[in-house]
Amino acid sequence: MKRERVTLRFSPDAYDKAITYHLVRDYGLVVNILRAEITPGQQGNLLLDLEGEPADITAALSYLSSEGIKVTPSERQIVIDKDSCVDCGACTAVCFSQALLIRAPEWDLAFDPDRCIACGLCLSACPVRAIHSKFSDPIEEAPPADEA
Amino acid sequence: MATKTIAEINEKIRRGEAVVLTADQAAAMAKEQGVKAVAQQVDVVTTGTFGPMCSSGAFLNFGHSDPPIKMSRVHLNDVPAYAGIAAVDAYLGATELSDGRPEYGGAHVLEELLRGKAVRLRATAYGTDCYPRSQIESDIRLADINEAFLFNPRNAYQNYGAAVNSSSRTLRTYMGTLLPKFGNVNYSTSGCLSPLLNDPYLRTIGIGTKLFLGGAQGYVAWNGTQHNPSRPRNEHGIPVGGAATLSLIGDLKAMSPDFFRAAYFDGYGASLFLGVGIPIPVLDEDLARCVAVTDHDIQTTLFDYGVAERNRPSLGTYSYGELKSGQILLNGKKIRTAPLSSQKKALVIAKQLKGWIEQGDFLLSEAVAPLPQQATLHALNSKDEVK
Repeated sequence: MKRERVTLRFSPDAYDKAITYHLVRDYGLVVNILRAEITPGQQGNLLLDLEGEPADITAALSYLSSEGIKVTPSERQIVIDKDSCVDCGACTAVCFSQALLIRAPEWDLAFDPDRCIACGLCLSACPVRAIHSKFSDPIEEAPPADEA
Repeated sequence: MATKTIAEINEKIRRGEAVVLTADQAAAMAKEQGVKAVAQQVDVVTTGTFGPMCSSGAFLNFGHSDPPIKMSRVHLNDVPAYAGIAAVDAYLGATELSDGRPEYGGAHVLEELLRGKAVRLRATAYGTDCYPRSQIESDIRLADINEAFLFNPRNAYQNYGAAVNSSSRTLRTYMGTLLPKFGNVNYSTSGCLSPLLNDPYLRTIGIGTKLFLGGAQGYVAWNGTQHNPSRPRNEHGIPVGGAATLSLIGDLKAMSPDFFRAAYFDGYGASLFLGVGIPIPVLDEDLARCVAVTDHDIQTTLFDYGVAERNRPSLGTYSYGELKSGQILLNGKKIRTAPLSSQKKALVIAKQLKGWIEQGDFLLSEAVAPLPQQATLHALNSKDEVK
């Protein structure tokens, strides 16, 4: 068994598809929805944990692409600009899932993407605005289903 | 008892023989070898802190235009600066906010200047016979203006209360984001590295004391505002909450963005992360005991920011050993803790100051005058308040 955290981005014409149903029924995956965000007429973003056999996950991801859904791995949920970060720790105050931690003796800000649920609280808690989220970004290039 | 003078220590610094430790190293040495060994073998202990210091700002002198102007309203990148002084002098405060641009304030302007960027100066005036001009607009850079020096009314707070929120809504404060129903505790200190916690009675720190400020050498100008050395102390002589403060001065042109960062606290406003480090001469065993302080010896008071009153309720005292562990117990419940002051940068500052002294680039200074040893805070009552 393998677990993978991904963000799905739906284009305006794709967000009425029963994606999670197909992931469960056709690929036998355990699906945990961590965050969902839909802007009517524009796009939908869904943060999922997918658990299953590695081959099934791979097949499910290629099915999603064929449906015109853009899949992003969870590592890219938030990006910390290390040049701006001063390792103060203010972001760790709001990080419920403890993806962001700052601890003795190094007191370096550490980020664990597997724990991040892309809630976005850290973005505004950071006093030097060093954290950016990719979760709500617009879809860069939505490939038509037949080219994906 | 071994005693030394600052002059003797400076002589050793000049000869390259001074023994300099950072405050965390001094604490470790005292634990292993005892306070006497620290008093005998160590000459100087360096400290450091890198936290948000709102009460900061810079005096700027822009130089005279032709025809000249007596500036009465000054904006720098649309952030108002105080110009009620001589013709082309102004004071730009760190927390002053831009008229239009969100999340941008005086500290951001100062950081841009420090990074060599051009800043738009806009000034207006009523025009006089000696200063006929009524307005000017120009792009200025730090290198091109006459003077730019930080003059901060209150820095380097000796201890500071920790913050929690009992209310049912998220509070966005200068102590960071405080989640509802005791969701988190925030604290702001460098603890055992903190300058004024290593000399709690200010024996060696007074007016004129030379120090590390923003990556350059600066000085203590005066006691800071809200200087409150009469705060109750624990058995180590450490005040349990905000106590002494310093007013600091230093040349902005010599500072570095590594130790000078604009901050914006969501829902509160702009502030300035500033690096401060003070060398403590280990003159005798009493000072050796002071610099041996550990995070477990320093307590602070936990305040409930959910109650919007001057005297916020105290919910107990905690040591920085507990606060820095990542969680504390309050009413039998574990609460996550987070710092707002960079421990990592604080150590970098203490190490850099140590390096300056070891290389003979930084001699210690005798204070010109001591800071007040007794002082308490006055409150402000509004006109309609019932006495």
